Formats: sequence, C-alpha cells, structure tokens
Amino acid sequence: MSDPVKVGVFVCHCGTNIGGIVNVPEVVEYAKTLPCVEWAEGNLYTCSEDGLSSIRNRIKELHLNRVVVASCTPRTHETLFRKNCERAGLNKYLFEFVNLREHCSWVHMEKPAEATLKAKDLVRMGVAKVSLLQPREDLATDVLRSAMVLGGGVTGLSAALSLANQGYRVDIVEKEEELGGLLRFVNKVFPTHRPSSVLLNPLIESVLEHQNIDVHLGTELTEVKGFVGNFKATIKENDESRELNVGTIIVAVGAQSHKPTGAFGYGRFENVMTQLDFERLGTDQHADINHVVMINCVGARNEERSYCGRFCCIVALKNAILLKEANPRAQVTIVQRDVMAVGKLYEDYYRRALEMGVKFVRYDRARPPHVVGTDREAENVRVFHVLMGKEIELRADLVLLTTPLVPAEDNQTLSQMMKIPLGTDGFFLEAHQKLRPVEFPADGIFVAGCARYPAEIPDCIGQGLAAAAKAAIPMARGQVVSDAFVSEVEPSLCSACGRCIEVCPFGAVNWAEVRTSSGGKKNVARINPAECKGCGLCTASCLSGAIRLPGFTDEQIFAMIGNQS
Amino acid sequence: MSQKSVLIIGGGIAGIQSAIDLANMGNRVYLVEKKPSIGGRMAQLDKTFPTNDCSMCILAPKMIECANHENITLLTYSEMADIQGEEGRFKARIIKKARFVEQDKCVGCGECAEKCPTKVTDEFNMGLGQRKAIYKYFPQAVPSTYVIDPEHCRLFNGKKCGVCQKTCKAKAVNYEQKDQEIVLDVGAVIMATGFDLYDVSPLTEYGWGKIPNVLTAMQLERMICASGPTRGHLKRPSDGKEPKTLAFIQCVGSRDVRHRRYCSAVCCMHATKEAILAHEHYPHLSSTIFFMDMRAVGKGFQDYIQRANSEYAVEYIRARPGRITENEENGNPVIQYEDTTTRELKSREFDLVILSQALRPSESNAAVAQQIGVTLDEFGFVAPSEDLLNPFATSRGGIFACGFCQSPMDVPDSVVRASAAAAKVAETLAACS
Repeated sequence: MSDPVKVGVFVCHCGTNIGGIVNVPEVVEYAKTLPCVEWAEGNLYTCSEDGLSSIRNRIKELHLNRVVVASCTPRTHETLFRKNCERAGLNKYLFEFVNLREHCSWVHMEKPAEATLKAKDLVRMGVAKVSLLQPREDLATDVLRSAMVLGGGVTGLSAALSLANQGYRVDIVEKEEELGGLLRFVNKVFPTHRPSSVLLNPLIESVLEHQNIDVHLGTELTEVKGFVGNFKATIKENDESRELNVGTIIVAVGAQSHKPTGAFGYGRFENVMTQLDFERLGTDQHADINHVVMINCVGARNEERSYCGRFCCIVALKNAILLKEANPRAQVTIVQRDVMAVGKLYEDYYRRALEMGVKFVRYDRARPPHVVGTDREAENVRVFHVLMGKEIELRADLVLLTTPLVPAEDNQTLSQMMKIPLGTDGFFLEAHQKLRPVEFPADGIFVAGCARYPAEIPDCIGQGLAAAAKAAIPMARGQVVSDAFVSEVEPSLCSACGRCIEVCPFGAVNWAEVRTSSGGKKNVARINPAECKGCGLCTASCLSGAIRLPGFTDEQIFAMIGNQS
Repeated sequence: MSQKSVLIIGGGIAGIQSAIDLANMGNRVYLVEKKPSIGGRMAQLDKTFPTNDCSMCILAPKMIECANHENITLLTYSEMADIQGEEGRFKARIIKKARFVEQDKCVGCGECAEKCPTKVTDEFNMGLGQRKAIYKYFPQAVPSTYVIDPEHCRLFNGKKCGVCQKTCKAKAVNYEQKDQEIVLDVGAVIMATGFDLYDVSPLTEYGWGKIPNVLTAMQLERMICASGPTRGHLKRPSDGKEPKTLAFIQCVGSRDVRHRRYCSAVCCMHATKEAILAHEHYPHLSSTIFFMDMRAVGKGFQDYIQRANSEYAVEYIRARPGRITENEENGNPVIQYEDTTTRELKSREFDLVILSQALRPSESNAAVAQQIGVTLDEFGFVAPSEDLLNPFATSRGGIFACGFCQSPMDVPDSVVRASAAAAKVAETLAACS
C-alpha cells in the first residue's frame, strides 16, 4: 500500500562542537548500514543554508520519505528542519531529531571513542523510530471572537474593557447586584489618596456604555462545557438559565476580606474592627479619634494562613496617614512584624507616615499583642516591644485589625466546574508562577487579580489587562492549531476505569457514550485533540492499553530500544 | 501597515513577553536590544525564587520563540536614535551597531573565540571571568552570532591579527562592517529597559572592591551558576577556598536616603534563594541574612523563607550592620552589627559576605527617555502614569512602559505588566486602524 521507507540521515559536525569529539564520518558510514537508510552524509553545519538545501535536494533526487538530522537540540532547531522537509514536499512529521550535542559530545568530551559509539546508538534509535512514523496533519479549531469575564470588580472590568476596546464581544458575569467588587468599600487609594470612586466610576461607566460589553448582574454560573474557541457557559440570570457561547474565559472572581472573629476582641469590642470595616464607615469622624492602635498580620503569616497579604501594610499606612491628617494630635501606633513597603513608592509612603508621627512597634509572632477593655469597649493594647525588650501598654479608642484577603467562598465550586486548579492556600493556581502568571494549564481560560493572590489596585488592573492580552491571542488568530502528536483512545479496549480523566492536567479527557457490538451503550474515555498537549500521562496510566500517543507508540519505543548493536 | 507594527525597547523578560504576546496577536514586532543578545538580567540568574526553576531553562524557550517567530524582528546590539510622529504614526530611528560578524553567515560554532588571543574582563559574569575580544554574550545567546569588541580587538587597535577571520569556516567575520541606520514605521512603542546594579563602591563601610571576600549578590549569582566562571563552584576570591559560612547584608544602597530611598523589591527573596542554592551545593554551608524587614510578599514567598530557615540552614538576623572589616590572618570579613533582639553590639566573622546591592533603572534610561520623549522620575524610572486606569501609560501618547523601568519588581510582576502593556498597545492599534 505505502511506498517503501527510504531514510536520509544527516549528521552535523556543529563546527567542532560535535565533530571535535564524535567521529562524524564513522557515524555516517555506520548510518549507511542501517535498515531502510537510503542516504547518509555529514555536514559542517546542517542548519546552514548549505546543509538545508542538501537535505531538500536529497529528498527530491532520491525520493526520501523519512529524514533524520543528528545535530543539536529540537528546542532550537526542530521547527527549522521540519519546515525544510515541508519545503521539499515531505510531510513535516516524517522527521526525527537526534541530539548528538547536548546528549553526547558535550557531556562526553573526555571520552571521544565512547562518545562515537553512543552517537551511533542514538542515530540507530532515530532511524528505527522515524521508519515507523506516519504523516500527520495539524489540527485547527475555530475560535469565537467573544469572551466571558467572571467577576465585575476592578480586575474583571479592566479585562473586559480592554477586550471590548480591541474589538471582541464580552459578557461580564457578576454574582452581586452591582459592579465594582471590593473596591466599592475602599475609602481612598494609596498613595495618591484620591477617592476610590475617582477610579471606579469612570471604569464602570465605560463598561456600561461600551457596545461590545453585556453585563449580567446577580448572575450565577452553573455550568461550563467545551474548550478554547468554543466554550458553552450556562448562567442563571433572574431565575432564567441561558447559554453563552464564548471563545475564552477570564476568571476574575476576586477575594474576600478576612474577618478574624474571636481574635483581638473582634466581635466583642465595638471599637475593634478590620481596616475595611473602618473604611466602610466613611471618613467623616476621623477628627475625633485620639488614640488608635493598628495590629498588622492578623490572620496572616501564621500557622493557619502562611501567606503575606501583600498590601495590608500599605492599607494600614494609608489609614494611619488619613487619621493623622484629620487629627494631627492623634496618637497612631502600628503594631507590626515587618513593614512590607515594597518597591518605589511605598518606602516614601512609609517615611511620610513616620514623619507625621505615626509610631511603629514591632512584635514577635510568638508574643502577640493583647487587646484589653471593659465589657464592650477596648481600652488598651498590651504588646511586647521587641526593641525595648519589655511589654508596653498603648491606649486605644480605636483598634484596627489589618487582615489579609482570603479566597472567595465559591472558588472550590468553580474549580471543579471548570477543571481549573486551586493552590493549597485556596487561591487559583496559575500555570507557572514565574512565566505564566495569568494562565491556567488548559488553553483559553485565564486568571487575574485577587482570585490568584492578593493584589493591590494597579496589580489588579495589570493582571486584568494581561489576561485580556492572553485571551485576545487565540481570538485574534481566529484559530488554534493543536499539536499533531495527540493521544487517541481505542474505544473497544477502554475499560472505563477513569484513570486517564483523573491524570489529565488539561481536562482533555472526558466520558463519551458509544454503542457496544451487542447493541447496548457504554461509557468510554474520549480525548479532545484540541485540548490534548500530547504529554502522554493518560497513555502511561491506561491499564488496558487503550490509549496510544502517535510519535511515542509502544511499537516505536520498542524498535528504538530493541535490536542492540 | 504602520498601524499594526510595534517597537519594543529592551529585550529582557518584559520586552520578550510583550513581543511574543503582540506577535501572537498578529502584529509586526521590532524588538530592540542594546546588548548582543536578548535575555536581559534573567539570563544572568542561576535559578529563580520561589520555585527554584533554572532561569535559563524557562527563559531560553521564550528567547528562541522570539527568534523563530515570523512576526518578530530582533534588532540586537542596536540603540535608539529617536522617535518622531505620534500615536498610530511613529517613525523610529535605530542604530544597528556593527558586530563585525555577519549574522546570516555565523553559525555560532565558537572556533573564532577559541583562537582569539585577546582576553577581556567578562561583564556578563560580573567581572569574575574573562571572555575573548570576539565573543558570544553568553552560551545560550539569541541570536547566537558572535561579536567583535573593537575596544579590545588587536586589529582595531592597530596591531597585527586577523586570526578570527582566518579561523572562520563560515566566512562570517567582516572587519569592514559599518553601523547601520534603520527607520521603522510603527503604531505604538513599549519601553522595557529594565535595570542596572547600583554601584556599591561609595558605601565604603562595607569594603566592596577592597576586601576580596566581599561580593555583590549578582557576583555570587554568576559564581553559583553552572554556566558561570567557576562552573557553579563557590570559591573565595582571596584564596580560592570553598566557603563554609556566608553572610548577606540586605538593603545595601536601598532604603537609604544617602543613596536610593526606595526598596529594590527583589533582594530579600534573592538573598534567600542564593542562601538556599549555596546550601544545596554544599550541605555543610550555612548562611546568615542581616535584614531590616523581610519583605516576602509574593505568592509562596513566606513559605520559601520558612523553608530556608528550617531546611537550608539560613539564619535571619534583624540588624543593619555598620561596618565590615577584614581579618588579615585568614581574609575573613568581619561584620559589626547591633542585634536588635538582644540590644547588643556584636562582631561576627564569615568566610564570604554578600551585599544585596540596590537596583536602579538602566544606566542608559535617561538617554533613551530623552530620545523618545518620555518623562522620568527623580530616580530615572519612568514617571508614574497620571491615568489611574492605565498604569502603563507614559508622558507621551502611544508609548507605554512595563517592567523594572517603571519601578523595582520581580519576574512574575514584570511578565504580568509586559502582557498588560501589550493589551494597551492592542487597544491603541485597534483604535488607530
């Protein structure tokens, strides 16, 4: 049926990188003796135009239908060589890369003879594998030019507005009856001290006025199906269910302010409240307050919650400065463990508080402060002053507890519904902490703002915009192209144990109902090629041998490791 | 087509990320980098906190993606001349400096550098190693093209040589190459010029440059890196011995009104990471970090500090050391400090002391900002945006900023802001078209 396999092998000297250690001519001669090898040659640099044109010419002249390049790393050069094969009319997946540099010459510099033997082995394995490769085609899926943004706080609004300005349709799904999220309750923004409404109102107005944005308030998300390019989200709006078809999803559900009930007299004393409780009171009566003590790291950096709230120190600084501005004679003391005034602006802000006379007292986690008072009123805060080495007592008309943001209550539900991971801290877990901070492992779903980790306003805006940029990519292209090497299930062999569904990090495996030969129905695993990344976890986990990964089939791997020279 | 083209100034992780995002959206991107390779500061890091991912292993794929992307044109070893015009219709002039090696011919094999007789102090390795006068900026450089440093090359200094040209089998060495002016029509610009290290020699109390066993954090980073000048082995500069005790002094030049008032944002975590890595290399090694506030505010950072303390023999002392002297018998630096928990003046000897030096905007930032008409603040960072809803705007419409040139920040924050700036550019280009 198919033409006989004709393999061409091209061994690169890479200057002296390979050629200085591995005896390349010997490897070439050896390659010529391998089964199905029609042609083998050495090149000074296979990646140079000379080397590339030589590959193309040999493909055409000798009707080669498989190519092996033995040179450096696929990381840098696979695309180049695949494209080169394509230019000569050969399916680009009939190419195999053998790494003679990183895997051989560089690590065996001291032993050229053994390195040459290993190079021969590697080339033989490459030839064995390439002979069993079959042509494949890239799989393209269309992408809808619309997005759903979950959450109508400053993060979600920023994301939605940016996408709408870029020309995409956006649905904002907000469970509250009003847009704005937590920022609605914040008095002023640091360090400019402009009212938060100065920021929030124009943002909300722009969103409401934008012709590309639909806002769904008081709305609950009940189901998400589909994958990048074509998600089907079911929402419940005014007791009516409806479906949104969107290409991408941004999760910007925010977080909630921690309420430390039972700690430091919170819930018992009327004048003990969180920073956010205080901000919600408004700024009118600050002038009458004479003694304020703030306790930082309440419910943060402890056994129960190890993380730092990132900007709570700055919130304390802000309210301390506002209180001092309203009443310069007020005694304001911040009881803290470290002052997290990170970056360019906040150190000056910290200094400003110091210069205004705000006092800072450091406490040790092992000796936390105590709030003491009468029945319903706190009167003093006792704290072991680390620098003075003794306990001091601070008078307090008002005690403000600086608490971190904690994960939203619905995170768990959402995580299961959309198959997006949560970290041990309860916040959503991004694909890579360093370089993919607003992505999930699955394509087409993104995370931003306090849903991911506490973030101050410019960071919320930044992450919202970053998620908008990421979501715009597949929508701008109009298509997503999946890798050709994706796993496949043979339904007749599937025992429906569900292991593959559990191990898949991308949510690419789902149940599908098929008819059995006896006319009944059964569930089997089905892999969506558009979501599969070809990682092979499902293939390895399948006990029935029902899943194969083209490009890494058992047959190919046995051919590579068998038949030792 | 000028509306759909973007110029990005700076090829560090921020510029790279903006470039990839915008190119993936289908825009034409020109990425200008003054150094011979893209990669920026992240290329100099051994590993990254708090995951201890190998920095090059996660950066290199991004660099290669830039190089291979059909929509990205890399202009390395190039500098900005000026930008005329306005949002949607900029004309940018760039000077592509002569490498004296032709980029389309050089295959990066390195035989020229092997034969080159001239050794030069290697800035990539923070002065701890040497390179040749014809060199590749670092082993994984993108592009991998070599470059001749005319300041040190024998031939360019009137001496007889030409060895590299004779050695090069690809015939890529061209001593006649000239600087080239490139004019680009672009719709928007992103400034991502990153940071430089604050010179710590004026802080004479710490003895850097005088006491051999006092290094900067970036010097230690290169030393501990497997591709660095000592191939990952820690060696004291004074005697080559392997240190058993390290001390880190935080806020050297940072949070200091005499030098840089601001907090440099990354050093608490950076020092902790280096202490962890050093312990991983040498399980008997212990570290002491002298700090003011342990500013570990990012995701997973507090756990990282806890782990350093409980599993990697890292001790934290809240103190601001006043002075470092040298024990002349053994070359050990001696740190004088007040232990704030016991209120005692103490003096302690270590094998090696590391200064967590302040970070500052790129030294060329002032020049670049002037050429492209962007206002900076008193420190040389891009002046904060007036628009609360767009923290990435600069004083000039259509020019955006992201990353460390705005304010000190770590890699994830730079990456977020790079993508955010890309979104703002996409909005601008959509409005202009």
